[in-house]
Amino acid sequence: MVRRPRTLHHVTSEFPGARAPEREYTIDAKGVGIAIHEWGDADAPPLLMAHGGFDFARTFDAFAPIFADAGWRVVSWDHRGHGDSAHTHLYSWDADLRDASAVFEHAAGRSAVPAIGHSKGGALCLNLADAEPFRFRKIVNIDGMPSRRPVPDVAEHERTKLLSGEITSWLDHRAGTATAERKPGTVEELAERRRRMNPRLRPDWLRYLVSVGAFERDDGWRWKLDPSIRFGGFGPWRPEWALPKMASLGVPFYGLLVEHSEPMGWDTRIDDVVPYLPDSGHVEEVKGVGHFAHIERPQATAARIMEFLGAPR
Amino acid sequence: MSADLTTVMLTHNRVELALHTLRPADDRNLLLLHGLGEASPTSVPRFAGCWSGGVHALDFTGHGASSLPVGGGYTAEMLLADVDMAIRHLGPVTVVGRGLGAYIALLIAGARAVDVRGAILVDGPGMSGGPTSPTSQPVVTAESVDTTPDPYAILELGRDLRPPDYATSFVRLANEGSGLDEPITVTAKFRPRWLRAVVDEPGVREMSSLADALARYG
Repeated sequence: MVRRPRTLHHVTSEFPGARAPEREYTIDAKGVGIAIHEWGDADAPPLLMAHGGFDFARTFDAFAPIFADAGWRVVSWDHRGHGDSAHTHLYSWDADLRDASAVFEHAAGRSAVPAIGHSKGGALCLNLADAEPFRFRKIVNIDGMPSRRPVPDVAEHERTKLLSGEITSWLDHRAGTATAERKPGTVEELAERRRRMNPRLRPDWLRYLVSVGAFERDDGWRWKLDPSIRFGGFGPWRPEWALPKMASLGVPFYGLLVEHSEPMGWDTRIDDVVPYLPDSGHVEEVKGVGHFAHIERPQATAARIMEFLGAPR
Repeated sequence: MSADLTTVMLTHNRVELALHTLRPADDRNLLLLHGLGEASPTSVPRFAGCWSGGVHALDFTGHGASSLPVGGGYTAEMLLADVDMAIRHLGPVTVVGRGLGAYIALLIAGARAVDVRGAILVDGPGMSGGPTSPTSQPVVTAESVDTTPDPYAILELGRDLRPPDYATSFVRLANEGSGLDEPITVTAKFRPRWLRAVVDEPGVREMSSLADALARYG
């Protein structure tokens, strides 16, 4: 059974420069309802935007309109379990790739289009470009180039203990997911919880995010994110496997790394990336920003990217 | 089908898991894990005839009488959590896994080392898994079906990553936590890379007879 979060009372806060999408609808991605959000003229050239983990498409509310106003049709989507997309039985990287492929197909058919991905969305675009290169004309990656485990040099017995703790914690979480709900709170309380993960973002932005990324019931607001989705976890995949595949990209690539470390970032440094840059690739570190560069400085970040993308076509 | 067969449905997130009791008993439970695309047996298999305790079998998500998810998204770790739900219901168990179930038996032997009183890894479908390091895998969709097994389960679990050092980390967890000298026994003749690495670890016994392997834990 697949269900979607419901908003009983919808109240949208204001934030300077933020604009709701012009079009919002759901597509059927092989039985999974994926929520699409579009900014800009429906007939303009498509520009795909992929959000990060634990985010949702409307985290682009202050960023996407800049591109829409420059002549792009910005198409973003909520990953399964995020935002207004379906809460599914299962989640995996393969499933996210399949959903992403369905969105690209919906937005642009088999045509090559430019794409911007932030964090997990950036890694997702890199992976999709490897599997389906025909979908991409240019790729922009905002701090989504995973390079290493967070604890690369602990002793083996310590690593085993860490793994054991991660697994036990994750299994305990899974055992409770059947009845789990996100913790309710006021708008201020949800914004404060978010601040712990996004410590550099402005309080008024975080309150705005609550108004578009949470829903309200009688006992308070809850994030729409599926409560079965959990930060962290374990598995066979290793972040350091991602970068070498970048070298095979056949389209222009622009990577942005950030100066300041944050809880949701990968802490990838420019020296990690440079050895694997494709011939048509370029990466730079943006000073004075953290993992959410596009939210901290939407205009400046968009200006860099638009110079790389060129005029809409 | 056994006259003793009873089934309880366990809720794992949005999935209903079918846990079958093939032979009831108060303790010394044996838990059977089927292979990829298979379902649980409906009676006590011949090899378990001499087992003195209860015999149970779990249908993994998307298999047998368990729920059929929408849109795929299978991982071996999610099946590990399926088995964890069964152990939370049954208490300590000895596990016999076939193919994919053998890999999951290894994972649960490490993840719930105190409650797994030996894991036996047996030949069966889905033993090899996918690559041991990343490859360029195509994005593949499956047609929806209304009965198990789920094509997405066969597709995704048939190609999931199984790096040898990831597999051996679960052997080390089992050694540290189980209190058994040899918490894992391998009777499988087919040895993909992850399993070859597992049998090279201390705490892993190789045997040719499943009945003999069971006798070690019985």
